[in-house]
Amino acid sequence: MYHHQVRFIITNSFSSPHQPSPAMAVHPPHPSSTKQQPFFHNETQPKENIFITTHPISFFGVPLVNLNTRISNLELSNPTMLASGIMDEDAGSIQRIIDLGAGAIVTKSIGLIPREGYPNPTIVELEYGLLNAMGLPNPGIDHYGKELQQITKSKTPIIGSIYGSNASEFVTLGKKMEEYGVKAIELNLSCPHAKGYGLEIGSDPNLMQEIIKGVKNSVSIPVFVKLSPNVTSITDLAQAAEKAGADAIVAINTVKAMKIDPEIRMPVLANKTGGYSGKAIKPIGVRCVYDIAKNVQIPIIGVGGITTASDTLEYIMAGACAVQIGTAFYSEGLEVFRTICTDLESWMKHHHVKTLTDLIGVAHQ
Amino acid sequence: MNTLKIIKIRVCTTDAKDIKTITFTHPGSVQPGQFYMIWIPGVDEIPMSISTINEETKGITFRKVGEATTALATLKPGDLIGVRGPYGRGFTLSGKHVLFVGGGTGIAMLAPAVEQAKKQGIDATVVIGVKNKTELFFDKRIKDTGANVFISTDDGSFGQKGLATDIAMDLLKKNTYSSVLTCGPEPMMKKLLDLCKNIPFQASLERYMKCSIGICGQCCIGRGLRVCKEGPVFDGKTLQNIEDFGNYRRDASGKKIQF
Ligand SMILES: Cc1cc2nc3c(=O)[nH]c(=O)nc-3n(C[C@H](O)[C@H](O)[C@H](O)COP(=O)(O)OP(=O)(O)OC[C@H]3O[C@@H](n4cnc5c(N)ncnc54)[C@H](O)[C@@H]3O)c2cc1C
Ligand SMILES: Cc1cc2nc3c(=O)[nH]c(=O)nc-3n(C[C@H](O)[C@H](O)[C@H](O)COP(=O)(O)O)c2cc1C
Ligand code: FES
Repeated sequence: MYHHQVRFIITNSFSSPHQPSPAMAVHPPHPSSTKQQPFFHNETQPKENIFITTHPISFFGVPLVNLNTRISNLELSNPTMLASGIMDEDAGSIQRIIDLGAGAIVTKSIGLIPREGYPNPTIVELEYGLLNAMGLPNPGIDHYGKELQQITKSKTPIIGSIYGSNASEFVTLGKKMEEYGVKAIELNLSCPHAKGYGLEIGSDPNLMQEIIKGVKNSVSIPVFVKLSPNVTSITDLAQAAEKAGADAIVAINTVKAMKIDPEIRMPVLANKTGGYSGKAIKPIGVRCVYDIAKNVQIPIIGVGGITTASDTLEYIMAGACAVQIGTAFYSEGLEVFRTICTDLESWMKHHHVKTLTDLIGVAHQ
Repeated sequence: MNTLKIIKIRVCTTDAKDIKTITFTHPGSVQPGQFYMIWIPGVDEIPMSISTINEETKGITFRKVGEATTALATLKPGDLIGVRGPYGRGFTLSGKHVLFVGGGTGIAMLAPAVEQAKKQGIDATVVIGVKNKTELFFDKRIKDTGANVFISTDDGSFGQKGLATDIAMDLLKKNTYSSVLTCGPEPMMKKLLDLCKNIPFQASLERYMKCSIGICGQCCIGRGLRVCKEGPVFDGKTLQNIEDFGNYRRDASGKKIQF
């Protein structure tokens, strides 16, 4: 048994590269290319191999399973990214999330000038998720730049999220973000509750393409496009984004929703409508990622209700190469990134999957 | 989950010029130093420390400073407000003799802490600092606990003329305290922390708050410490390492502003 195990580990360290192959990451495997990969062989494995499943994460420093992933040219040590708008208003908070083990950070969505956001109430806790209408509060790109410059040297990639009302605003913001040292840009074309921004411009494919092309032509770092589920066809928008040169799709932003208090007889949020996030929206996000993966070749980052390793696997199997975590930071607590990674490793060991990226898109049978 | 509850106001009292207390039914245990988010429908939702603690009822005490607090001040018993919480970490009360230093509306949340300390058999000395006599409140309530009370006013209209920190400095020289607990203007608390040196210290901070459940990042200080979650009460060791303490806060957009 011992011999068997050592042999397994040595084979593992030689046969599975610790970096995912660039080809696979830039173009997530087409459904048919991953179809053959065995990963559900726990039932058929010889009994002694079970030993490996309870083994520590590394053996003489060689990792048994590999959580690395890649989005365009970004290398992530694990697939759990911090979603935009969560604990990312200043350098100190971002540093804390890095320390907590996130594989990458997406900043708050930043505009040209300071914006206070909507008055309170800006958040409502609901049974299965959170409803928010923060209204894109942010200190503006110049003030935020001072925060960013303190942390963009970090090994963990920082992705700058930006919002604007037209292509030229996005271009200015994108260039500044690149100057401040972010490793990629995420275009927020999907905030469901900010008038004149986000979804209002993100649902017009022509305007969206103009923005993507403009930013792509002005920066040399990858450009991700974050989409909303509140459209007739998220797939059409993803295809339009791909055609315009986007390097990755981020799906989904929050789902437009409302909470009315019966005693007060009015909506609780000051903005009346807001965006719903958390566990309740996970099936919506998984469906969106699955549909997008069928129709585009660029990498997809899954977001929406991811709380556990099992949720992460759903998104990855639907076609995502990484995931973003927002509401779970509140519902699960500070350790959510580490817990998801540890549980992913256990799951992979149990199912004899050495490389997480082997699972991308496997649900497309 | 401390979800939003719509509650009828039971009692409204005026405690001093522009200072009012609103009491409502909200059963459950809370720590002195914790806070609620109070929703005034159609106006705003704002953080308010808990100023009276009973098994069944809780109270908040506030100064009229702007739109939301002015609207709160016009409410009457029977009117509805939204309450969520309690949130955050309150004071840890221990030791033989605690020195409390309150400035301005900070006294509102120190009062239940003094009451709790006395209940636990801890000796309490309390320094109250206000601008002038008309702003003084809860002095009788605090004296009734049996605590030793010192009062300062900026203009000398009551008690000792000067700052609460002047009295505190004097007391710290003459006596030994197991800890110093404070709530008030941040520059005052910062000065006090410098005076305390090795004496265990706790201060309650205020930052602009939106979610109050630790997700939006609006209230963060230092290395991502959330005032709504890890605070609002922090100990001296933590505060010594936070550059912003006593120097900067952030407005609703997240932009830094000097105190
Ligand atoms: C944890 C905590 C506990 C507090 N406890 C008390 C208390 O017991 N008694 C009391 O009188 N005051 C307390 N405050 C301060 C109180 O929340 C503000 O005075 C109140 O929000 C002012 O609202 P306004 O509309 O009347 O004034 P505005 O004119 O809107 O503002 C006046 C000041 O209050 C600040 N403020 C406004 N909205 C908020 C917000 N959402 N969060 C934080 N600050 C805000 C502004 O930055 C400004 O400095 C507390 C604040 C915090 C963070
Ligand atoms: C409080 C809060 C603030 C958010 N702010 C932003 C934002 O500024 N930009 C953005 O693109 N998405 C924002 N989002 C959306 C999240 O990034 C994410 O897409 C969404 O919450 C779904 O993921 P979750 O279920 O893991 O939270 C915000 C979400 C929340 C809850
Ligand atoms: S107010 Fe949102 S994190 Fe504290």
